[in-house]
Amino acid sequence: MSTAAATLERPARASHAAKRIEPIPMTRLIGVEISKMFDTRSGFWLMTSVGITATIATIATILFAPDDSLNYGNFAAAVGFPMSVILPMIAILSITSEWSQRSGLTTFTLVPHRGRVISAKLAATLIAGAASIALAFAVGAVGNVVGSAIAGVDTSWNIPLGDAGLIFLADALGMLMGFTIGVLVRSSAGAIVGYFVYALVLPAAFGTLASFKDWFADRQGWFDFQFSSTRLYDGDLAKSDWAHLAVSGSYWLVIPLVVGLWLALRSEVK
Amino acid sequence: MITVESLTKTYGGFTAVDDVSFSARAGRVTGFLGPNGAGKSTTMRMMVGLTSPTSGTATISGRSFADLPNPGLEVGVLLDASAQHAGRTGREILGIAQRTMGLPKGRVEEMLHKVSLTDAEAERRVKNYSLGMRQRLGIATALIGDPEVLILDEPANGLDPAGIRWMRDLLREYADKGGTVLLSSHLLHEIEVIADDLVVIGNGRIVAQGTKAELLAAAGTVVRADRALDLAAAIRGTGQTCNLDPDGTLRTEVDAAQVGRIALDAGVALTELRSADGAGLEEMFLELTAETQRETRTHTERTAA
Repeated sequence: MSTAAATLERPARASHAAKRIEPIPMTRLIGVEISKMFDTRSGFWLMTSVGITATIATIATILFAPDDSLNYGNFAAAVGFPMSVILPMIAILSITSEWSQRSGLTTFTLVPHRGRVISAKLAATLIAGAASIALAFAVGAVGNVVGSAIAGVDTSWNIPLGDAGLIFLADALGMLMGFTIGVLVRSSAGAIVGYFVYALVLPAAFGTLASFKDWFADRQGWFDFQFSSTRLYDGDLAKSDWAHLAVSGSYWLVIPLVVGLWLALRSEVK
Repeated sequence: MITVESLTKTYGGFTAVDDVSFSARAGRVTGFLGPNGAGKSTTMRMMVGLTSPTSGTATISGRSFADLPNPGLEVGVLLDASAQHAGRTGREILGIAQRTMGLPKGRVEEMLHKVSLTDAEAERRVKNYSLGMRQRLGIATALIGDPEVLILDEPANGLDPAGIRWMRDLLREYADKGGTVLLSSHLLHEIEVIADDLVVIGNGRIVAQGTKAELLAAAGTVVRADRALDLAAAIRGTGQTCNLDPDGTLRTEVDAAQVGRIALDAGVALTELRSADGAGLEEMFLELTAETQRETRTHTERTAA
């Protein structure tokens, strides 16, 4: 009886009955998010600019730096600076374009768990960041070899591996900051302005404050995340520097990120 | 099969969707009809989890949308054809959907062909697409996972008449194969030609639902006669109501056969007698949504073509 009833209902949908549906693996989502970083014109040029600016910075170092400064430390510093601007932009746009360009309507329908999409974006951002930094350092290394050959000085590899790790950490924190502002603001223009306020306006304001108020200058590391994270570029951090980084990072980065994620998970996607 | 139960969405004091319940059945095209701002899109967004409902539930084949392991393979969704990154090409947008769902690459070409986007068009960035092309791309994205259920918000917007015809045939065929189709529109004629079932929404509430046949049957009869006033009096004489339009057309709830007998008894020669059909549905739509219409309704004059 029941079999007969079932066959009566089934035939029209028989073609679908065989379909076995597996959940979407995280690796696939990360792969999709990485390709989404490149496939728009703005994304393409942003990623390409990593290579371009690294090359320009390297050439400039060869041309303008005095011969005794042609060491890897200076090349790395030269290529590292544009990275600290470009990478946070990549992080911001990866999040905000879903809202600003409204592609989130499709993205969050194909994957109805925004936490998974946002985690995939974070992973994709960090992978792209690591690749960019590796590329930039490689360009810097070529510059170091070529530059020292042109100048006729010995090639000097004067950065310890640990310092390279710190530079990567500093860039990763910059990307996370961009990511945080992205999930908080969820609008491309607003988030980019927000990031530049954070990266350019705030340090100037804190710097002015520090130069007039000694009590602030002594404690700036506890309050100013930017200040404490730029210490990473110098290498050789004291225990107190790490403590500054952890404390200032908790309220500049961690708390806003949590609030931003909470908002992004709940906001209406229109 | 889509089941919506008591869905409600309030924004502060404003109720955008108010206790909406209906179901869209497999093998049928369900039209979701309502004027602009009636709550159609909000309801559809709640079905797919983009907006969280204040209360109520929506399920697809018995499961909530968020519980579907790979939703694109089970539900094809097109909520707004313009909501795409303008800097991507059509092919890239389809490619993202294909990769997210884990489908073979060939599906992208199949879908482009299915929605009649040429290779050259597929290579163009979406910002250069006309609305009609965006709708075709959106339909392709919805269909690429070969889902059993389609949820389409105003899919005919921006399509030319041939495009509308194409989509109608596509959705018809899809439902005939056992699929469930829910499509919304604020244009009655668009829905009328394709839907089997209708859900009419106004001001966030469902004002009518049923099969198209039922709703049409309830819409009554249109009749024209050489002595329309006498016929109107005769119909009213039987205790039924009827309206006389200024152009001499009579509308009544009385069915056509009985109108014929009344006319015969009254000795009035009829020049036209038919079920109100589409015209009646439009009348119903305007009536049902009259309170929510932005335009105050003056008069519905129609040529009884």
